[in-house]
Amino acid sequence: MEIRWEVFLMIAGASIVTFIPRIVPLVLLSRIRIPDWGMTWLKYVPIAVMAALVGQELFLENGKPALFPPGPELYAALPTIAVALLTRSLLATVVAGMISMMLLRALLG
Amino acid sequence: MQENHPSAGKAEEIGRDSFLQGAKDCLPTLLGYLSIGFAAGVVGKTSGLGIAEIALMSVMIYAGSAQFIAAGMVAANGSIAVIVFTVFIVNLRHLLLSAALSPYFRHLTPAKNMLIGALLTDETFGVAIQRATDANRIGERWMHGLNLTAYLNWIAATLAGAFLGRWIANPEKFGLDFALSAMFIGLLVLQLTSRRNLAIDLIVAVSAILIVAGASMAFSANVGVIIAALIASTIGMAVEKWK
Repeated sequence: MEIRWEVFLMIAGASIVTFIPRIVPLVLLSRIRIPDWGMTWLKYVPIAVMAALVGQELFLENGKPALFPPGPELYAALPTIAVALLTRSLLATVVAGMISMMLLRALLG
Repeated sequence: MQENHPSAGKAEEIGRDSFLQGAKDCLPTLLGYLSIGFAAGVVGKTSGLGIAEIALMSVMIYAGSAQFIAAGMVAANGSIAVIVFTVFIVNLRHLLLSAALSPYFRHLTPAKNMLIGALLTDETFGVAIQRATDANRIGERWMHGLNLTAYLNWIAATLAGAFLGRWIANPEKFGLDFALSAMFIGLLVLQLTSRRNLAIDLIVAVSAILIVAGASMAFSANVGVIIAALIASTIGMAVEKWK
Protein backbone atom coordinates (compact mmCIF):
# COMPACT_ATOMS: atom_id res chain seq x y z
CA MET A 1 0.00 0.00 0.00
CA GLU A 2 2.19 2.80 -1.16
CA ILE A 3 1.81 5.72 -3.46
CA ARG A 4 4.70 6.58 -5.74
CA TRP A 5 5.67 10.25 -5.81
CA GLU A 6 5.34 10.64 -9.59
CA VAL A 7 1.97 8.88 -9.58
CA PHE A 8 0.83 11.23 -6.82
CA LEU A 9 1.93 14.26 -8.88
CA MET A 10 0.06 12.93 -11.92
CA ILE A 11 -3.12 12.34 -9.89
CA ALA A 12 -2.89 15.74 -8.20
CA GLY A 13 -2.44 17.49 -11.57
CA ALA A 14 -5.25 15.51 -13.18
CA SER A 15 -7.58 16.27 -10.29
CA ILE A 16 -6.98 20.04 -10.59
CA VAL A 17 -7.63 20.12 -14.36
CA THR A 18 -10.79 18.04 -13.80
CA PHE A 19 -12.04 20.18 -10.91
CA ILE A 20 -11.79 23.55 -12.71
CA PRO A 21 -14.12 22.89 -15.68
CA ARG A 22 -16.59 21.28 -13.29
CA ILE A 23 -16.94 24.30 -11.02
CA VAL A 24 -16.16 27.45 -13.02
CA PRO A 25 -19.46 27.77 -14.96
CA LEU A 26 -21.57 26.92 -11.89
CA VAL A 27 -19.74 29.48 -9.75
CA LEU A 28 -19.66 32.28 -12.36
CA LEU A 29 -22.91 31.81 -14.30
CA SER A 30 -25.00 31.57 -11.16
CA ARG A 31 -23.89 35.15 -10.38
CA ILE A 32 -24.52 36.84 -13.70
CA ARG A 33 -27.68 37.14 -15.77
CA ILE A 34 -27.46 35.01 -18.88
CA PRO A 35 -29.10 36.60 -21.98
CA ASP A 36 -32.11 34.89 -23.53
CA TRP A 37 -30.20 33.43 -26.47
CA GLY A 38 -27.72 31.99 -23.96
CA MET A 39 -30.50 30.30 -22.01
CA THR A 40 -31.98 28.92 -25.24
CA TRP A 41 -28.55 27.58 -26.19
CA LEU A 42 -28.02 26.02 -22.76
CA LYS A 43 -31.43 24.36 -23.02
CA TYR A 44 -30.12 22.21 -25.88
CA VAL A 45 -26.78 21.31 -24.28
CA PRO A 46 -28.11 18.30 -22.31
CA ILE A 47 -29.69 16.67 -25.38
CA ALA A 48 -26.61 17.43 -27.48
CA VAL A 49 -24.12 16.02 -24.95
CA MET A 50 -26.13 12.87 -24.23
CA ALA A 51 -26.74 12.23 -27.95
CA ALA A 52 -23.04 12.74 -28.69
CA LEU A 53 -22.11 10.27 -25.94
CA VAL A 54 -24.63 7.74 -27.27
CA GLY A 55 -23.35 8.27 -30.81
CA GLN A 56 -19.80 7.70 -29.65
CA GLU A 57 -20.73 4.51 -27.81
CA LEU A 58 -22.81 3.05 -30.66
CA PHE A 59 -21.28 4.24 -33.90
CA LEU A 60 -17.58 4.52 -33.19
CA GLU A 61 -14.99 1.84 -32.63
CA ASN A 62 -11.59 3.21 -31.57
CA GLY A 63 -12.42 6.57 -33.11
CA LYS A 64 -13.45 5.12 -36.48
CA PRO A 65 -17.07 4.91 -37.67
CA ALA A 66 -18.31 1.32 -37.22
CA LEU A 67 -21.56 1.21 -39.18
CA PHE A 68 -20.73 -1.36 -41.84
CA PRO A 69 -20.99 -4.01 -40.60
CA PRO A 70 -22.89 -2.82 -37.52
CA GLY A 71 -21.37 -3.99 -34.23
CA PRO A 72 -23.36 -5.84 -31.55
CA GLU A 73 -23.79 -2.49 -29.74
CA LEU A 74 -26.19 -1.30 -32.45
CA TYR A 75 -28.36 -4.42 -32.19
CA ALA A 76 -28.34 -4.29 -28.38
CA ALA A 77 -29.37 -0.64 -28.56
CA LEU A 78 -32.73 -1.45 -30.21
CA PRO A 79 -34.35 -3.39 -27.32
CA THR A 80 -32.67 -0.95 -24.92
CA ILE A 81 -34.38 2.02 -26.58
CA ALA A 82 -37.69 0.12 -26.64
CA VAL A 83 -37.50 -0.59 -22.90
CA ALA A 84 -36.56 3.04 -22.19
CA LEU A 85 -39.61 4.25 -24.14
CA LEU A 86 -41.98 1.72 -22.55
CA THR A 87 -40.86 1.90 -18.93
CA ARG A 88 -39.36 5.41 -18.65
CA SER A 89 -37.12 3.78 -16.06
CA LEU A 90 -33.36 4.24 -16.10
CA LEU A 91 -32.73 1.11 -14.08
CA ALA A 92 -34.91 -1.07 -16.33
CA THR A 93 -33.12 0.40 -19.35
CA VAL A 94 -29.66 -0.43 -18.01
CA VAL A 95 -30.70 -3.98 -17.07
CA ALA A 96 -32.37 -4.49 -20.48
CA GLY A 97 -29.22 -3.27 -22.22
CA MET A 98 -26.98 -5.66 -20.27
CA ILE A 99 -29.28 -8.64 -20.85
CA SER A 100 -29.54 -7.83 -24.58
CA MET A 101 -25.76 -7.68 -24.85
CA MET A 102 -25.33 -10.87 -22.84
CA LEU A 103 -27.80 -12.75 -25.09
CA LEU A 104 -26.22 -11.34 -28.26
CA ARG A 105 -22.76 -12.44 -27.14
CA ALA A 106 -24.09 -15.90 -26.19
CA LEU A 107 -25.78 -16.27 -29.61
CA LEU A 108 -22.93 -14.89 -31.69
CA GLY A 109 -20.38 -16.87 -29.71
CA MET B 1 -63.11 18.96 7.31
CA GLN B 2 -61.52 20.75 4.44
CA GLU B 3 -58.63 22.60 5.91
CA ASN B 4 -55.87 24.15 4.00
CA HIS B 5 -52.52 23.29 5.43
CA PRO B 6 -49.92 25.53 3.94
CA SER B 7 -47.33 23.51 5.84
CA ALA B 8 -48.36 20.25 4.15
CA GLY B 9 -47.20 21.46 0.75
CA LYS B 10 -44.04 22.73 2.35
CA ALA B 11 -43.32 19.38 4.03
CA GLU B 12 -43.81 17.61 0.73
CA GLU B 13 -41.47 20.06 -0.91
CA ILE B 14 -38.83 19.39 1.75
CA GLY B 15 -39.21 15.60 1.33
CA ARG B 16 -38.81 16.01 -2.41
CA ASP B 17 -35.66 18.04 -1.94
CA SER B 18 -34.14 15.90 0.81
CA PHE B 19 -30.67 14.36 0.81
CA LEU B 20 -32.25 10.90 1.07
CA GLN B 21 -34.42 11.49 -1.99
CA GLY B 22 -31.32 12.53 -3.92
CA ALA B 23 -29.57 9.33 -2.83
CA LYS B 24 -32.63 7.32 -3.95
CA ASP B 25 -32.76 9.06 -7.31
CA CYS B 26 -29.13 8.04 -7.83
CA LEU B 27 -29.92 4.31 -7.53
CA PRO B 28 -30.74 3.68 -11.22
CA THR B 29 -27.29 4.91 -12.24
CA LEU B 30 -25.44 2.69 -9.77
CA LEU B 31 -25.28 -0.36 -12.08
CA GLY B 32 -23.79 1.69 -14.89
CA TYR B 33 -21.26 3.29 -12.55
CA LEU B 34 -20.50 -0.02 -10.89
CA SER B 35 -19.61 -1.73 -14.15
CA ILE B 36 -17.49 1.10 -15.51
CA GLY B 37 -15.84 1.71 -12.12
CA PHE B 38 -15.12 -1.99 -11.82
CA ALA B 39 -13.56 -1.92 -15.27
CA ALA B 40 -11.51 1.17 -14.32
CA GLY B 41 -10.22 -0.73 -11.28
CA VAL B 42 -9.27 -3.73 -13.38
CA VAL B 43 -7.49 -1.53 -15.95
CA GLY B 44 -5.69 0.34 -13.17
CA LYS B 45 -4.45 -2.89 -11.67
CA THR B 46 -3.26 -4.31 -14.98
CA SER B 47 -1.49 -0.99 -15.69
CA GLY B 48 0.68 -1.63 -12.66
CA LEU B 49 -1.02 0.81 -10.29
CA GLY B 50 -1.29 -0.21 -6.63
CA ILE B 51 -4.58 -0.42 -4.72
CA ALA B 52 -3.81 2.80 -2.83
CA GLU B 53 -3.00 4.61 -6.08
CA ILE B 54 -6.23 3.44 -7.69
CA ALA B 55 -8.19 4.55 -4.62
CA LEU B 56 -6.50 7.95 -4.61
CA MET B 57 -7.34 8.35 -8.30
CA SER B 58 -11.02 7.66 -7.70
CA VAL B 59 -11.16 9.98 -4.70
CA MET B 60 -9.31 12.89 -6.35
CA ILE B 61 -10.08 12.62 -10.08
CA TYR B 62 -13.49 10.88 -10.01
CA ALA B 63 -13.95 10.66 -13.77
CA GLY B 64 -14.23 7.36 -15.60
CA SER B 65 -12.77 8.06 -19.02
CA ALA B 66 -9.94 10.15 -17.54
CA GLN B 67 -8.97 7.35 -15.17
CA PHE B 68 -8.89 4.79 -17.98
CA ILE B 69 -6.69 7.04 -20.07
CA ALA B 70 -4.40 7.97 -17.17
CA ALA B 71 -3.93 4.30 -16.25
CA GLY B 72 -3.17 3.42 -19.87
CA MET B 73 -0.64 6.24 -20.15
CA VAL B 74 1.03 5.28 -16.87
CA ALA B 75 1.41 1.76 -18.26
CA ALA B 76 2.96 3.25 -21.41
CA ASN B 77 5.34 5.41 -19.31
CA GLY B 78 3.75 8.67 -20.47
CA SER B 79 5.12 11.89 -18.98
CA ILE B 80 3.13 13.57 -16.20
CA ALA B 81 2.58 16.75 -18.23
CA VAL B 82 1.17 14.84 -21.22
CA ILE B 83 -1.14 12.74 -19.01
CA VAL B 84 -2.45 15.81 -17.16
CA PHE B 85 -3.04 17.68 -20.42
CA THR B 86 -4.90 14.70 -21.92
CA VAL B 87 -7.10 14.41 -18.83
CA PHE B 88 -7.83 18.14 -19.13
CA ILE B 89 -9.04 17.75 -22.73
CA VAL B 90 -11.07 14.63 -21.90
CA ASN B 91 -12.87 16.41 -19.06
CA LEU B 92 -13.47 19.74 -20.78
CA ARG B 93 -17.04 18.65 -21.56
CA HIS B 94 -17.79 19.24 -17.86
CA LEU B 95 -17.74 22.96 -18.75
CA LEU B 96 -20.91 22.41 -20.78
CA LEU B 97 -22.62 20.28 -18.13
CA SER B 98 -21.76 22.79 -15.41
CA ALA B 99 -23.01 25.69 -17.53
CA ALA B 100 -26.28 23.91 -18.34
CA LEU B 101 -26.94 23.26 -14.64
CA SER B 102 -26.04 26.75 -13.47
CA PRO B 103 -29.49 28.36 -14.00
CA TYR B 104 -30.97 25.89 -11.48
CA PHE B 105 -28.56 26.80 -8.68
CA ARG B 106 -28.85 30.58 -8.77
CA HIS B 107 -30.29 30.52 -5.26
CA LEU B 108 -26.97 29.29 -3.84
CA THR B 109 -23.77 31.15 -2.99
CA PRO B 110 -20.68 30.66 -5.20
CA ALA B 111 -19.04 28.50 -2.49
CA LYS B 112 -22.06 26.19 -2.40
CA ASN B 113 -22.11 26.06 -6.20
CA MET B 114 -18.48 24.98 -6.06
CA LEU B 115 -19.34 22.05 -3.78
CA ILE B 116 -22.09 20.97 -6.18
CA GLY B 117 -19.84 21.25 -9.24
CA ALA B 118 -16.95 19.39 -7.62
CA LEU B 119 -18.77 16.06 -7.90
CA LEU B 120 -20.47 16.65 -11.26
CA THR B 121 -20.42 13.72 -13.72
CA ASP B 122 -22.22 12.79 -16.95
CA GLU B 123 -24.54 10.54 -14.97
CA THR B 124 -25.42 12.85 -12.06
CA PHE B 125 -25.89 15.61 -14.63
CA GLY B 126 -28.32 13.41 -16.56
CA VAL B 127 -30.38 12.69 -13.45
CA ALA B 128 -30.31 16.31 -12.27
CA ILE B 129 -31.31 17.87 -15.59
CA GLN B 130 -34.11 15.34 -15.86
CA ARG B 131 -35.40 16.54 -12.50
CA ALA B 132 -35.06 20.16 -13.60
CA THR B 133 -37.73 19.63 -16.27
CA ASP B 134 -40.72 21.68 -15.08
CA ALA B 135 -38.74 23.36 -12.27
CA ASN B 136 -36.66 26.49 -12.11
CA ARG B 137 -34.39 25.32 -9.34
CA ILE B 138 -32.84 22.15 -7.94
CA GLY B 139 -32.62 21.56 -4.19
CA GLU B 140 -29.14 21.74 -2.69
CA ARG B 141 -29.55 18.79 -0.31
CA TRP B 142 -31.12 16.65 -3.03
CA MET B 143 -28.13 17.34 -5.29
CA HIS B 144 -25.66 16.48 -2.52
CA GLY B 145 -27.53 13.21 -1.90
CA LEU B 146 -27.30 12.37 -5.59
CA ASN B 147 -23.64 13.42 -5.89
CA LEU B 148 -22.34 11.72 -2.75
CA THR B 149 -24.12 8.43 -3.46
CA ALA B 150 -22.62 8.35 -6.94
CA TYR B 151 -19.17 9.29 -5.59
CA LEU B 152 -19.07 6.60 -2.89
CA ASN B 153 -20.38 3.98 -5.32
CA TRP B 154 -17.64 4.94 -7.76
CA ILE B 155 -14.87 4.58 -5.17
CA ALA B 156 -16.28 1.24 -4.00
CA ALA B 157 -16.61 0.00 -7.60
CA THR B 158 -13.04 0.87 -8.62
CA LEU B 159 -11.68 -0.78 -5.46
CA ALA B 160 -13.78 -3.88 -6.10
CA GLY B 161 -12.42 -3.96 -9.66
CA ALA B 162 -8.85 -3.63 -8.40
CA PHE B 163 -9.31 -6.45 -5.87
CA LEU B 164 -11.52 -8.85 -7.82
CA GLY B 165 -10.54 -8.12 -11.41
CA ARG B 166 -8.12 -10.99 -11.74
CA TRP B 167 -10.89 -13.55 -11.06
CA ILE B 168 -13.28 -12.22 -13.67
CA ALA B 169 -11.64 -13.11 -16.93
CA ASN B 170 -14.40 -11.98 -19.26
CA PRO B 171 -16.80 -9.26 -18.03
CA GLU B 172 -18.15 -8.79 -21.58
CA LYS B 173 -19.84 -12.17 -21.28
CA PHE B 174 -22.31 -10.65 -18.81
CA GLY B 175 -22.99 -7.57 -20.89
CA LEU B 176 -21.18 -5.40 -18.35
CA ASP B 177 -19.43 -3.43 -21.08
CA PHE B 178 -22.80 -2.26 -22.40
CA ALA B 179 -24.12 -0.96 -19.07
CA LEU B 180 -22.68 2.51 -19.62
CA SER B 181 -23.99 2.78 -23.19
CA ALA B 182 -27.41 1.64 -21.98
CA MET B 183 -27.35 4.30 -19.28
CA PHE B 184 -26.59 7.06 -21.80
CA ILE B 185 -29.37 5.71 -24.05
CA GLY B 186 -31.78 5.76 -21.10
CA LEU B 187 -30.82 9.31 -20.10
CA LEU B 188 -31.22 10.53 -23.69
CA VAL B 189 -34.61 8.84 -24.22
CA LEU B 190 -35.91 10.13 -20.87
CA GLN B 191 -34.82 13.65 -21.82
CA LEU B 192 -36.44 13.46 -25.25
CA THR B 193 -39.75 12.13 -23.95
CA SER B 194 -40.13 14.48 -20.98
CA ARG B 195 -39.37 17.88 -22.51
CA ARG B 196 -42.36 18.23 -24.87
CA ASN B 197 -40.07 19.83 -27.42
CA LEU B 198 -39.62 16.73 -29.53
CA ALA B 199 -39.18 18.22 -33.02
CA ILE B 200 -36.21 20.48 -32.26
CA ASP B 201 -34.79 18.08 -29.66
CA LEU B 202 -34.67 15.34 -32.30
CA ILE B 203 -32.94 17.66 -34.78
CA VAL B 204 -30.35 18.45 -32.09
CA ALA B 205 -29.87 14.78 -31.14
CA VAL B 206 -29.46 13.58 -34.73
CA SER B 207 -27.08 16.46 -35.52
CA ALA B 208 -24.99 15.63 -32.44
CA ILE B 209 -24.72 11.97 -33.46
CA LEU B 210 -23.74 12.81 -37.05
CA ILE B 211 -21.23 15.46 -35.98
CA VAL B 212 -19.64 13.28 -33.31
CA ALA B 213 -19.01 10.59 -35.92
CA GLY B 214 -17.36 13.09 -38.28
CA ALA B 215 -15.47 15.10 -35.67
CA SER B 216 -14.12 12.02 -33.90
CA MET B 217 -12.42 10.99 -37.13
CA ALA B 218 -10.76 14.37 -37.57
CA PHE B 219 -9.92 14.87 -33.88
CA SER B 220 -9.90 12.57 -30.86
CA ALA B 221 -13.16 11.04 -29.67
CA ASN B 222 -13.26 13.28 -26.59
CA VAL B 223 -12.76 16.47 -28.58
CA GLY B 224 -15.40 15.09 -30.96
CA VAL B 225 -18.00 15.04 -28.15
CA ILE B 226 -17.29 18.66 -27.24
CA ILE B 227 -17.43 19.87 -30.87
CA ALA B 228 -20.64 17.91 -31.51
CA ALA B 229 -22.29 19.30 -28.37
CA LEU B 230 -21.31 22.90 -29.19
CA ILE B 231 -22.51 22.77 -32.81
CA ALA B 232 -25.70 20.75 -32.14
CA SER B 233 -26.78 23.10 -29.30
CA THR B 234 -26.20 26.06 -31.62
CA ILE B 235 -28.34 24.37 -34.29
CA GLY B 236 -31.10 23.91 -31.69
CA MET B 237 -30.91 27.57 -30.70
CA ALA B 238 -30.97 28.73 -34.33
CA VAL B 239 -33.93 26.52 -35.29
CA GLU B 240 -35.92 27.67 -32.28
CA LYS B 241 -35.17 31.30 -33.06
CA TRP B 242 -35.98 31.26 -36.77
CA LYS B 243 -38.62 28.60 -37.14
